[in-house]
Amino acid sequence: MGLWLIRRLGQVVPTLLILSVLIFGLQQLMPGDPALILAGEERGDPQVLAEIRAELLLDRPLWEQYLAWLGRVLMGDFGFSWRIRLPVAQLILDKLPVTLQLGLMAFVIAVAIGVPAGIVSAVWKDRPADWVANGLALAGISTPNFWMGIMMILLFSVHLGWLPPSGYVPLAEDPLQSLATTIMPAFVLGGSIAGVLMRHTRAAMLTALAQDYVRTARAKGLPERLVIAKHALRNALIPVVTLGTIELGRLLAGAVLTEQIFTIPGFGKLIVDAVFNRDYPVVQGVVMATALIFVLLSLLADLLYMAINPRLRAA
Amino acid sequence: MSAPATTRPLAPPAARGESPGRRALRRFCRHRLALLGAVVVLGFVLAALLAPWIAPYDPIATSWSRIRKPPSELYWFGTDENGRDVFSRVIWGARASLMAGVVSVAAAVGIGVPFGLLSGLAGGWVDAVISRIADAMLSVPFLILAIALAAFLGPALENAMLAIAISATPIFVRLARGMALEAKATDWVEAARALGNPPWRTALRHVLPNIIPPLLVQGTLAIAEAVIAEASLSFLGLGQQPPAPSWGSMLNAAQRFLTQAPWMSIYPGLAIFAVVLAFNLMGDGLRDALDPRSDRR
Repeated sequence: MGLWLIRRLGQVVPTLLILSVLIFGLQQLMPGDPALILAGEERGDPQVLAEIRAELLLDRPLWEQYLAWLGRVLMGDFGFSWRIRLPVAQLILDKLPVTLQLGLMAFVIAVAIGVPAGIVSAVWKDRPADWVANGLALAGISTPNFWMGIMMILLFSVHLGWLPPSGYVPLAEDPLQSLATTIMPAFVLGGSIAGVLMRHTRAAMLTALAQDYVRTARAKGLPERLVIAKHALRNALIPVVTLGTIELGRLLAGAVLTEQIFTIPGFGKLIVDAVFNRDYPVVQGVVMATALIFVLLSLLADLLYMAINPRLRAA
Repeated sequence: MSAPATTRPLAPPAARGESPGRRALRRFCRHRLALLGAVVVLGFVLAALLAPWIAPYDPIATSWSRIRKPPSELYWFGTDENGRDVFSRVIWGARASLMAGVVSVAAAVGIGVPFGLLSGLAGGWVDAVISRIADAMLSVPFLILAIALAAFLGPALENAMLAIAISATPIFVRLARGMALEAKATDWVEAARALGNPPWRTALRHVLPNIIPPLLVQGTLAIAEAVIAEASLSFLGLGQQPPAPSWGSMLNAAQRFLTQAPWMSIYPGLAIFAVVLAFNLMGDGLRDALDPRSDRR
């Protein structure tokens, strides 16, 4: 286990290093001179431009710029936002709790829909319930997140007037109002991965139901309900848990447009605003942070897999 | 599609002397939903190609006399905030969507598959470097990577397509690498090598044909994802630039008039949904049709 963990970490480090090169390299794609953007009104003044270039090391060779940048990133310093003059790391940490709340609510919704639907559809394979569940999953996967959000606002805010169309109230301030502002976006986000979870659960359940131990359980006369709940489901959930953990990382991508639609000041809105304002250090910081979260989640998924799968624990 | 038997040993001997291609086609056609998907895709392709002739109005010309008119016999999907016919813009918008979907995935396949084959067949440090780069790119969620790339490249449809192509590439690197590794362990590749075939010939003649079925499946599903990505980027203003019509940018404009003109946001979204669903149905059908292990459907 210890050796496995070390080897697994040995894979993570080069991956993150290569990623840092790629993210740093993004700057090179940029049309135009960053110093000109930063100088703003004073772009005509060569003195100002030279100062900005010196400050950002733009006058140094590329590899030197990269090493300096990497050194700072390793210390948790993602540089300063060009727009708001705040440290990027602080901006990210400020926005993360909002997205975390949204993401967790979405995940609960996704599991509450996706897992039971997957079980139902595996147990009643090739019957109407299976068709309905499969059809809904396919529709969920094929609906663009942001359009789903717009349609929900149209129905629940414009027509029925039940929920506020946009905005965000922190959980600590007013829990009820906070739920009211996040339930629609959470549903949009959760709905998008419920379909994926349903397909994973269905496949895993079908595999489990075909196993010998399920036949044995049935043969010894256990009620079908117990066979499904105790024998098939518990084994089927092993791959679902790990795949589900990785889906959590995908919620971050979904949050980008969902937060934009519902004007929720989270992680996703941060990157979109940064893109609009050409605030490149923030874009780089958010991408790096997302990748870090994603890599940690897949590590967690592997650890969970080890922890809940008794066959692997012994090895 | 009647390849010599040596290149397709993964498939079991065809039943009743049927070629693998024909059998796949027969299975695909029996899959009614997949067929429906193919028909819908074909419909949108025709709409995109014939847009200048079938669109009832000019998609760009504005008219102050017909601003935000609800759907009617004259304007099937209503008109937008500049008096443009939404139906005509949806038809023209199919061009941006389909082009972005197909071109970016074709580019991703064109870059990803050679690198994946190289990685799997060469092994050693070449494999290590290519695999780590693919891992690194896969650790950023698809859409976030595409947004970041498009942001740095600058807002334009071509740049959005490039960003989507780059973001989708590692999927195909991984797919081709996996298939190459699988093929490398088989007897027929071993035999091809023992006969003195150069490695590139082994790759082209003996590995590539076996990759095509999973590639078709993955490619079709990737187009669905690329269409959503293009719509998302255009929605954020990073794709097709107004006034040129694209479903994503139409939805962006429509959001401000949700109360007064809901039709502006309903129809472009329905178009995205229909195209993506159709590609997904096709992909699922192809998977069933091309999988040599499942002959029960």
